Amino acid sequence: MSELKYDQKICTKCEKIDCLTRCQHIALDLEEARQEWMKILAGRDSRVLHECLTCYACEEYCPYHNHPFYLIVDRQEELSAWPVPVPLTKQQIAMMAPKGQIVAQKVSAPVINLCSFPMLAGSIQGKLFAGASIIGGNDLFCNIMWLHFAKNSVIRERLPKVINNLMDYYLKVSGVDELICFHDECFGTYTQLAPAFGIEVPFKPIHLFEYLTKKLTELKKEIRPINAKVAYQRPCSNRLVPETQHWVDEIFKLIGAIRPAREYEGENALCCGMVVQAAQRDDRADAIQKRNLDDMAAVGARYCVFNCPMCFMTLKGMVAERGMTPILISDLCRIALGEGFWG
Amino acid sequence: MEEIYRELVKIVGERFVSNQPEERFLYSRDPGTMEPHAPDWVVMPNTTEEVQKIVRLANRQKIPLVPMGGGLVLSGLSRPLQGGMVLDMKRMNRILEVNEASSYVVVEAGASQGMLQAYLKKHHPRLKHSIPDAPPIATIGGNVLIHGSGHLSAAGGFHSEMLNGLEVVLPTGEVARIGSCSASPYWFSRSPLPDLAGLFLGWHGTTGVVTKLAIKLFPARPWNDVGIFVIEDPELAPDIIRRLARVQVAEDILAWMSPKPDWAKGFQMINIAYGAETKAELTLKRDLIRESVRPYLERKVGGFMPLPPDMKVRFLEAPQSTLAVFADVNKGGGFEYVGAIMPVELFAPAFRKGLEIAESRKVPYSLGARIVGLAHCMMFFYAYAFNRADQADVRRAQTALEDTNAMVLEMGGIPWKAETPAQKQIIKKMDPNTFALMNRLRAVLDPQGIMNPGNWEA
Ligand SMILES: Cc1cc2nc3c(=O)[nH]c(=O)nc-3n(C[C@H](O)[C@H](O)[C@H](O)COP(=O)(O)OP(=O)(O)OC[C@H]3O[C@@H](n4cnc5c(N)ncnc54)[C@H](O)[C@@H]3O)c2cc1C
Repeated sequence: MSELKYDQKICTKCEKIDCLTRCQHIALDLEEARQEWMKILAGRDSRVLHECLTCYACEEYCPYHNHPFYLIVDRQEELSAWPVPVPLTKQQIAMMAPKGQIVAQKVSAPVINLCSFPMLAGSIQGKLFAGASIIGGNDLFCNIMWLHFAKNSVIRERLPKVINNLMDYYLKVSGVDELICFHDECFGTYTQLAPAFGIEVPFKPIHLFEYLTKKLTELKKEIRPINAKVAYQRPCSNRLVPETQHWVDEIFKLIGAIRPAREYEGENALCCGMVVQAAQRDDRADAIQKRNLDDMAAVGARYCVFNCPMCFMTLKGMVAERGMTPILISDLCRIALGEGFWG
Repeated sequence: MEEIYRELVKIVGERFVSNQPEERFLYSRDPGTMEPHAPDWVVMPNTTEEVQKIVRLANRQKIPLVPMGGGLVLSGLSRPLQGGMVLDMKRMNRILEVNEASSYVVVEAGASQGMLQAYLKKHHPRLKHSIPDAPPIATIGGNVLIHGSGHLSAAGGFHSEMLNGLEVVLPTGEVARIGSCSASPYWFSRSPLPDLAGLFLGWHGTTGVVTKLAIKLFPARPWNDVGIFVIEDPELAPDIIRRLARVQVAEDILAWMSPKPDWAKGFQMINIAYGAETKAELTLKRDLIRESVRPYLERKVGGFMPLPPDMKVRFLEAPQSTLAVFADVNKGGGFEYVGAIMPVELFAPAFRKGLEIAESRKVPYSLGARIVGLAHCMMFFYAYAFNRADQADVRRAQTALEDTNAMVLEMGGIPWKAETPAQKQIIKKMDPNTFALMNRLRAVLDPQGIMNPGNWEA
């Protein structure tokens, strides 16, 4: 089993314990944070393991990129500190299991990977995706989701097979070495999580945002500016790859969308609430969602734009109730190109 | 024979009576496993008076008479075991009165579930009836008379408990009204009079032909949600179900256990449907439901599936289409289930033994339980699908059903809307005085023994 690449010495010497003192959900002063973190390092139980809402943020807050979140998840699993009730976890593991239904297929660049959301294929159309090959399904599911379930073991077991599937069934046979990750989670998995878990990724993952930026630049002349304020729902997995955030600004600039300054964005972004519900803490989920939506409404957003399909499905009704239009980022770009949208 | 046909034509008109092989074939069977029995005539009355005339004719000629609604009971109860007439009630489908203030509707017995649902949605959108998961053509009469249950059974009990009153043509041809409607223009309740409705509930059409009935309506709420509580230990189910039901928030509580889809296998899912007038009330109800099972959440042995609203839509459908889809899993459209009415504390053995039977008999199965009242009891169902064109498949399902009926009775449950062989098994277990009383009542009501003969007979 692959070992997590983290350096205990870095944590022992750490003075600020940002991973815990900056946590949005557990209130800890520096001293408490230090004590709890030392327990976690020593493999002992800590209240953090039980109170963690698995929002991924500490992975971003650690200035040393020492993977505090992955360590928390490893410890939760070792100590059976399950964030989600056990039957639900087992059920999800069964639901998302590889189906073994994959067949080799010649693809050509750009290859858009929809991961476990093949039902979003309708959104891959128009000029932005002309000539694209679309792949997806449970056999290509990146498996990062198990971070929410204290099941790194499932990631370790399934992710290498998924990478093999991508290579053996699509990329290698087609001589393609780039994979466009429609979902931020996949990009985070292949560029940040896999290396941290010591899993090799033999292709080049490209974030959807980068792909869209490139395409929009090519199609610049055809863009009709959106001219509206747009709130962006940052997915939890983006905490793993904060360096991709600038693409959102570039996309907004290209399509003439206004990104008003919000309280809950960037490092301060709030989770969509779905995993909090999975952890059976609906009251917390309600409060987080309310703060998030109040914030979007307060800045007068007309659209709320999503990358993560799960965030989209969770929040879209509530966003619409507030008079905003929930939309996937690719669809917003297509509106700017005068194409209407699918979702 | 021809003379009877002509008499029937005189009563209902030529279009609504048949002695032709096509109709005799169709009316000889239902989608279940019971052997076909062909009627000699199929007749479709349009009014209570026509029903009276048909009953009188049958009486004079000592011809068996089998009332039928949708014919969807699955256990073959509207097959004419001794030939005679099938009285198809589907033309008597008028919705006669909706009393908004007292929340009830008066319908003709042949009004279908689908019609009433659509009518209420259109004309009384703030009211609904407790709809079963049966296909929409199932009738209100057929369902209430067999003690059906449905989407409001956690709130209102069996559908027979939601019956306010009825009009019935007795086997000798007189019309009787039962409940408040016998002494008042209102159909508000069966109380406070001697409750004669019991003479017609659960009798499988052996005591009269119900022509009208009033059932309770309930608020149709603008905000609706469903929680799906998942466990993997059936021993926990009774306490969890009791807790969920006793909060008195749920409209429907339905447990389901199925080997398909793959992620469902090995788990027990409990759907809790509830509605509210406002979003705040809905949240409050959700919290009450959640609070009721807190000890299980804390022990992490059960939890509510995290489902975004879109994914909940199909679980909020009423009727649910899942059973109907399952019904054709083997193709050939054969489907039957044992619905066992039993105490909730028998959930775990009921589940385990059902699983054993289904797996050993190699029949596709879907198990589940609809909770009645505040977990006062449940209708535990063992649904088996089969291909009607494949006799071996039919036989396999039949054996599984027989084994299940026997197992249910042994455990202390009672098969609901039981097939005639299962009725005999029930009678064997029944207090002999009870059965003797049933026979005495039946002899008084139906001296010629014309009503659905072969049912409730030792
Ligand atoms: C997929 C599926 C799902 C189902 N789900 C449910 C469910 O959730 N809840 C539930 O309760 N049932 C369910 N059922 C069982 C059954 O279909 C229903 O109970 C249905 O409502 C029975 O009504 P019917 O009109 O088809 O009755 P029928 O089958 O026509 O008749 C039932 C019995 O009542 C007698 N009868 C009918 N009408 C009269 C009358 N007017 N006067 C006197 N006697 C009469 C008949 O002789 C017969 O003995 C389901 C069936 C299927 C196929």
